[in-house]
Amino acid sequence: MTMIEIDHIERARVGYIGWIRSTALSAHLCSVYFNVFLEPSAHVHDVDALAQDMALQRLSGSFSGLIVQNSSKILQRAFSVSVVAAAIQKMTRVRVVDNSSLGNTPYHRPPRVIHVYTKNGVGKVGDKVLLAIKGQKKKALIVGHKMPGDRMTPRFDSNNVVLIEDNGNPTGTRIKVPIPTHLRQMEGDFSKVLAIASSFV
Amino acid sequence: MAACTRGLKNLLTSIKFCRTLPFQDERFLCTSALRFANNEPPKFVPPSKPVIINKTQTTASTRRFLSPEFIPPRGRTDPFKYFMERRDMVRRRKALNIPEFYVGSILAVTMADANASGKTNRFVGICIQRGGRGLGATFVLRNILNGQGVEICYELYSPRIQTIEVLKLEKRLDSNLMYLRDALPEYSTVDPEMKPVPFSPTGEVPVNKLKVKMCPKPWSKHWERPQFAIQGIRFDLCMTPKQMEFVQKKYAKPWEEYDMLKEYDTSKLEEQILAEVQQEMNK
Repeated sequence: MTMIEIDHIERARVGYIGWIRSTALSAHLCSVYFNVFLEPSAHVHDVDALAQDMALQRLSGSFSGLIVQNSSKILQRAFSVSVVAAAIQKMTRVRVVDNSSLGNTPYHRPPRVIHVYTKNGVGKVGDKVLLAIKGQKKKALIVGHKMPGDRMTPRFDSNNVVLIEDNGNPTGTRIKVPIPTHLRQMEGDFSKVLAIASSFV
Repeated sequence: MAACTRGLKNLLTSIKFCRTLPFQDERFLCTSALRFANNEPPKFVPPSKPVIINKTQTTASTRRFLSPEFIPPRGRTDPFKYFMERRDMVRRRKALNIPEFYVGSILAVTMADANASGKTNRFVGICIQRGGRGLGATFVLRNILNGQGVEICYELYSPRIQTIEVLKLEKRLDSNLMYLRDALPEYSTVDPEMKPVPFSPTGEVPVNKLKVKMCPKPWSKHWERPQFAIQGIRFDLCMTPKQMEFVQKKYAKPWEEYDMLKEYDTSKLEEQILAEVQQEMNK
């Protein structure tokens, strides 16, 4: 079994948590599957434990304490959910690059995209998204992503957003990182966001 | 009034002459005594022009070099297509100076950008990849600006490109430096105001044998695997020798060495195309 497959399973585990929760039987099957087809390694053990946990949870009905325990366990693991190949979509973790206090105060979970205001649900530079940040909802503008775009346009090492108010005005007063210039030609009024940018690339 | 001014002017010139006379005397004594003895008027000898050598100006290299995008890929496509593309590439090269560069060289590219201030956009970075064949050839520049990693993929023959400057000509241990994305940021940071470093136009291109330190795993790719054959990473800092050996053994494909279908010897083709391109360039 190759590492790629393990990766795949890891991702599947994250994606199908809801599914596992829904059927205790399938969780049991999962554990059996992992036991049979994988050599016993740390990953597998963890997955197995998780599946068993899920099954237990299902059996014991609604113990909210257990759920919290489980979710904290999931968050502790260092794995990447936001794939490089995909642009910004729901549940993508993003980096806030302006100097607003909301985006810069440390919080125990990173800001996540909970909605993308496009027709296909995929966000690129210039699209608006809704973030879950510090337990509240906030709109933001995408100003750079990991996924390579057209030739001759920059690709960034992180998914960058700038927080904006509902009326389109930026929340912060300064953008620290370079902003792609092709944001200027896009339709939509970004003039106030562009005005607070420090550099363009 | 006019006569008065003229008289004043004469007086002034005579005073000037008187002032310069002693110096002239001195000069006659020291340098042109011989000529003065022949009663000839002294000729003006211009001083030798100072030769200013601009060391920052890099000369075009004179080594025989064929850019890799000239070599067609292996396949059944009609070679005539690549011949046509080469002709267009040469035509573009006559208009735009595309210098010799390699993965690992530091480049500065100025491109036309209708949205940028001043309608041009200059980006300095280290070349981490060269890709594509023919007119669609690309190269990727990477830099870290304000703590943000930025990469731009340029098309080599795009009409938007105005200048390509080589700021530092060197090679690295690998032919693809995509692993710099997972390396510490200091290895991909280049000063945007960097001055060109002079290089010798002949001889071998210097190889920078730098080995980079990586960020902690997970990386974007498993660089330790033999398919990448990376030389420029310090694996000893992030993996034990036992782990490394295990990975090398597990993912090795020793049979590919003997796969005759994967052989593609371009040395003959390269010579032929180089001759053709040089002939076209000199036309």
